[in-house]
Amino acid sequence: MTTQADPSRTQPVPLAEQPLASPFAGGGLVEVFRRRYLLKLLVRKAVRSRYQGSVLGLFWSYIQPLVRFCMYFFVIGLVLGLHKNLPNFAIHMFAAIVGVHFFTETFSSGTRSIISNKAIVRKMAMPREMFPVAAVITSAINTFPQLVILFVGSLAVGWKPDPMGLLAGVLGIAIVIVLGTALALLFSGMNVFFRDFQNIVQTFMLFTHWIVPMIYPFYKLAQSGLGRNTAFYDAYLSNPLTVAVLLLQRAFWIPTTLGKRGYPGPGRRFPDNASDVGFPVLPHHYMLLGWGMLAVSLVILVLCQMVFRSIEGKFAERL
Amino acid sequence: MVVSIVANDASKIFKMRYHRTIKQITIAAMRKQKISDSFLAVNDVSFSIEQGESVGLMGLNGSGKSTLLKLINGVMKPDSGEILTRGRIAGLIATGAGFHAQLTGRDNVYLNAAILGMSEAETNRKFDAIVEFADIGKFLDTPVGNYSSGMFARLGFAVAVHTDSDIFLIDEVLAVGDKPFKQKCLARMQEIRDEGRTMLYVSHAAASVKRMCDRVLVLEKGVLGYDGPVQEGIRYLHYEDSEDDVGTSEGDDSENESDGELGADI
Repeated sequence: MTTQADPSRTQPVPLAEQPLASPFAGGGLVEVFRRRYLLKLLVRKAVRSRYQGSVLGLFWSYIQPLVRFCMYFFVIGLVLGLHKNLPNFAIHMFAAIVGVHFFTETFSSGTRSIISNKAIVRKMAMPREMFPVAAVITSAINTFPQLVILFVGSLAVGWKPDPMGLLAGVLGIAIVIVLGTALALLFSGMNVFFRDFQNIVQTFMLFTHWIVPMIYPFYKLAQSGLGRNTAFYDAYLSNPLTVAVLLLQRAFWIPTTLGKRGYPGPGRRFPDNASDVGFPVLPHHYMLLGWGMLAVSLVILVLCQMVFRSIEGKFAERL
Repeated sequence: MVVSIVANDASKIFKMRYHRTIKQITIAAMRKQKISDSFLAVNDVSFSIEQGESVGLMGLNGSGKSTLLKLINGVMKPDSGEILTRGRIAGLIATGAGFHAQLTGRDNVYLNAAILGMSEAETNRKFDAIVEFADIGKFLDTPVGNYSSGMFARLGFAVAVHTDSDIFLIDEVLAVGDKPFKQKCLARMQEIRDEGRTMLYVSHAAASVKRMCDRVLVLEKGVLGYDGPVQEGIRYLHYEDSEDDVGTSEGDDSENESDGELGADI
């Protein structure tokens, strides 16, 4: 019945040589990845409980973006006629939907992650960053099917991946992951103190579909009166999510448009080489922007981790 | 000797907020009412416990015992002063807190064990012992949401007492299980003590503190009022005259006593 300590004990260091330390786990994100096994179990729990008792299960994570896609495609593509003017408008839009949907899901489920695990946070000691990080990974798992659809869809319309494009795609997804983790950390912590934050996040989500080039191509913005205003143009491109979306479109959409009509409007042809596609279809320094945004997102992540660490001491009493 | 738990002038302040929305706060401010109030749940507590000691933590309701235990457990952080521990901590604190109603008993054992710091191999090795201790039979593979409260608690206990640790904290009513299970728990707790782990035992039951511990800390409104041998500690608390389970059957394993000492935890 009982487990006698010594044979099963996994203690490489004798107790006397272990340091006296504060029991309040404050290892941060580093500690989270040191305890990958727990992280794995938490993610598995989240994925399972999400589709508990539903007949279609994981299939639901295809349906929502698909419905949104169809709706936008019908209204923007067919009613407003963008479908005719822009080659492979569906890919253009879907590449953006994947990025934006990944981000919004990370952000909103991350924000709720500590509150929804309050039974554990109040009573058990563990790195509290575990929950937002698990939310990010769960969102990634839920987004993966969409990425597969995007892959297959792009191949179907003649996508030929090029190395630069693939690098852009990876960079775009990396920006979303790092930024999503940072915001999930920050907002999950602040949500403990004021539940207003989950509503703030929901409100913010209303914008995300409109402030990125998803249902309109980037060149429309760049050539509009607003886009010619340098301040506005720079502000628009200083949104990491916008840059991530542009990078995803560079990866999937641009290679499918080569040689087709529509650059940068009806009548002109896209260049034959993906690398020749430049402004106004894409900002000319899009790769530089991408690396810059990744760096900025990493800085934001460090800052959010610092804020999280300074407020996590009050979680147990405020939940 | 190796020091296991140290508290240096540790304090924990709780803030009570009377109003939460802007509207309520504004009205309260206009009426010049207090918006928040704070009190010291743990006030400037210092002590040092050596490895292998078993210490009873006593005090009236609201004296800060559970808060102190949460500080030691690492769920809360002292607002001033420090609390230091050595080695891994486990205990009967909020057992089953990490259970997820929709997961099966089996999945919950693995998840709970992982939160307590066990590796997959360690859990695999102890899984049979845990299941046997919990004694929930065929319900192991059904969601814990369907468990009776006794089964739920037994499973939580089983995981907690099978965690290897250097420090073992106990703060929970043992009144959940049926009689055989209670006795199994007490036996296991004594075993844990005899393994040379540091034990901190929060209880109102003088008899069981007497049996389990060789030192007592008494908290009074957050202040450490007494630190010393068990007998005097219980006298300090004036528990001797009021509690019949101490006076009547001391050191006796009769049914009455074990009922008294288990029930008195409530």
